[in-house]
Amino acid sequence: MEIAKVNQGIDLKDYNDVWIIGELIDGKVHPVTIELIGEGKKLAEKINKKLNVVIVGHGVKGITERLLHFGVDKVLYIEHELLKDFNTEGYAITISDLIKERKPEIVLLGATSIGRDIGPRIAAKVGTGLTADCTKLEIDETDGKLLQTRPAFGGNLMATIICPNNRPQMSTVRPGVMAKAVHVDYAGGEIEVINPKISKDDLRVKLIDKIVSGKKRVNLIEAKVVVSGGRGLKEASGFRLIQELAEALGGEVGSSRAAVDAGWIESPHQVGQTGTTVRPDLYVACGISGAIQHQAGMHESKYIIAINKDKNAPIFEICDFGIVGDLYEIVPAMIEAINEKHFLEI
Amino acid sequence: MRIIVCLKQVPDTNEVRINQETGTLIRDGVPSIMNPDDKNALEAALRFKDEFGAELTAVSMGPPQAKDVLKEAMAMGADEGVLISDRAFGGSDTWATATIIAAAIEKIGNYDIVFCGRQAIDGDTAQVGPEIAEFLNIPQVTYVKNAKFEGDKLEVVRYTEYGEYVFEVATPVLLTAIKELNDPRYPTIKGINEAYGDKGEEKIRVFGIGDLVVDSTQIGLKGSPTNVYKSFVPVKNKVSEIIDGNNSKDKANTLVMKLSELNLI
Repeated sequence: MEIAKVNQGIDLKDYNDVWIIGELIDGKVHPVTIELIGEGKKLAEKINKKLNVVIVGHGVKGITERLLHFGVDKVLYIEHELLKDFNTEGYAITISDLIKERKPEIVLLGATSIGRDIGPRIAAKVGTGLTADCTKLEIDETDGKLLQTRPAFGGNLMATIICPNNRPQMSTVRPGVMAKAVHVDYAGGEIEVINPKISKDDLRVKLIDKIVSGKKRVNLIEAKVVVSGGRGLKEASGFRLIQELAEALGGEVGSSRAAVDAGWIESPHQVGQTGTTVRPDLYVACGISGAIQHQAGMHESKYIIAINKDKNAPIFEICDFGIVGDLYEIVPAMIEAINEKHFLEI
Repeated sequence: MRIIVCLKQVPDTNEVRINQETGTLIRDGVPSIMNPDDKNALEAALRFKDEFGAELTAVSMGPPQAKDVLKEAMAMGADEGVLISDRAFGGSDTWATATIIAAAIEKIGNYDIVFCGRQAIDGDTAQVGPEIAEFLNIPQVTYVKNAKFEGDKLEVVRYTEYGEYVFEVATPVLLTAIKELNDPRYPTIKGINEAYGDKGEEKIRVFGIGDLVVDSTQIGLKGSPTNVYKSFVPVKNKVSEIIDGNNSKDKANTLVMKLSELNLI
């Protein structure tokens, strides 16, 4: 197998158009795809190019038609029965073949478990760079190149990455950050069905089962309110209090890495760089010092409340409201005040 | 059976602070650790070793002090270490890094599983593993929560935001580990004594650019397709208000009132 190479002195002018790699989950379009269309359109207009969406699958024509209501120029529908379920190699081979043939200038994927799985594989097949988990994309006014900005060290540092000499310029984009494209009644653009060259032998990893967990999944990403506990709880039972406050506020329970490492709560609750990134309207951090790795997962919350004994804890630097004190006194008092308020309103 | 585990030495991000005035990382006194996901990959490999007697090579790319993570891996049970280190490798992005590590894996040769962590806590890209797999032309399964042999094939559980997927794959294969995969063991006293002594030092090979079959136009700062254009500290327009009061109840009431005014309650 020939390995692709970068820095081959390609002519950048040969590359045109902005592509979104769409994502389907259980027959539905992932919200990040609509976000990427919204963002991709802005970029395409800036550089005066077309916006195309790539959909990989089997028997999903109806979905591709719906995408035409979001102002895209073309849906490139890679259709094959071997591509019914997500498969790293099936997706990576067919998408990279199409990229090599059609030469888009910019390719965007969602920074989901799928985008982050196939993105690097596609970049490696095509021979170009890839920037992970971007939160801002801009076009450089001077030369039209893509400026890809991503947070580092918990959003305390931002890095803008460029891919100057190789094409396409590829990024995975963090879900929930970009504004969604607007749905219009009028369906514009066209659908082009692509019949890829792919055989069973290309797919070396075989899906044999999907496990649906009976347990309620912790839905931190969509929660409007997240109440998190950390090392300051001192023991596992402290999460009962966190749970009570979360219930009073109608939110979900989160945690710091320290609390998960201590075995007080399961890892799906973990907020932070190695856990889940959340962006709720209200984030309440109880007994969490606010290490950079935790801030990475919550600093974009609309309002942040910090309750901590240590007045020098870094969490107080990023909070909107802070209370210095013992959470075991403050949280019960908060629950009481919230319930009292609800009672008055009824 | 041979398993190659890729380990990265990273600053413990729990301890890193930012100098808000200069916009630089305060690295002084910040301990270096084995990247957490990589440790889960190592533990999974060690369990295969316990079960099947696999030979386990720990690999790390970095400056000379990255030897520490190789010694830690050997103290936990890895058989040998390979440090990939050369000035020519400095400034590599994920493409260049994966190119170099893939070349080192080719040199080690004869492997069944390449095990990586899902992502490193400093760079957070999750790209190097899949790029290595592509350069080696082997299949991959990322976000691995469980891996076991069924006959001569691996049965691997991939854990994602959408659910759990069970895959079957033959070796050689590259897997990326997540925290849910296992609880890494502690090194044994005997392991520590050996790994950090002369014996451990002898078991570490160092690969420089001269030892690898690698195209020099694809590595280092010059070979990297992506470059940092600029880095900056985001402007903070947030004003933090510390709520005062005579006692906890007072403070809690004031806070609830403020949240209510903002329609958050």
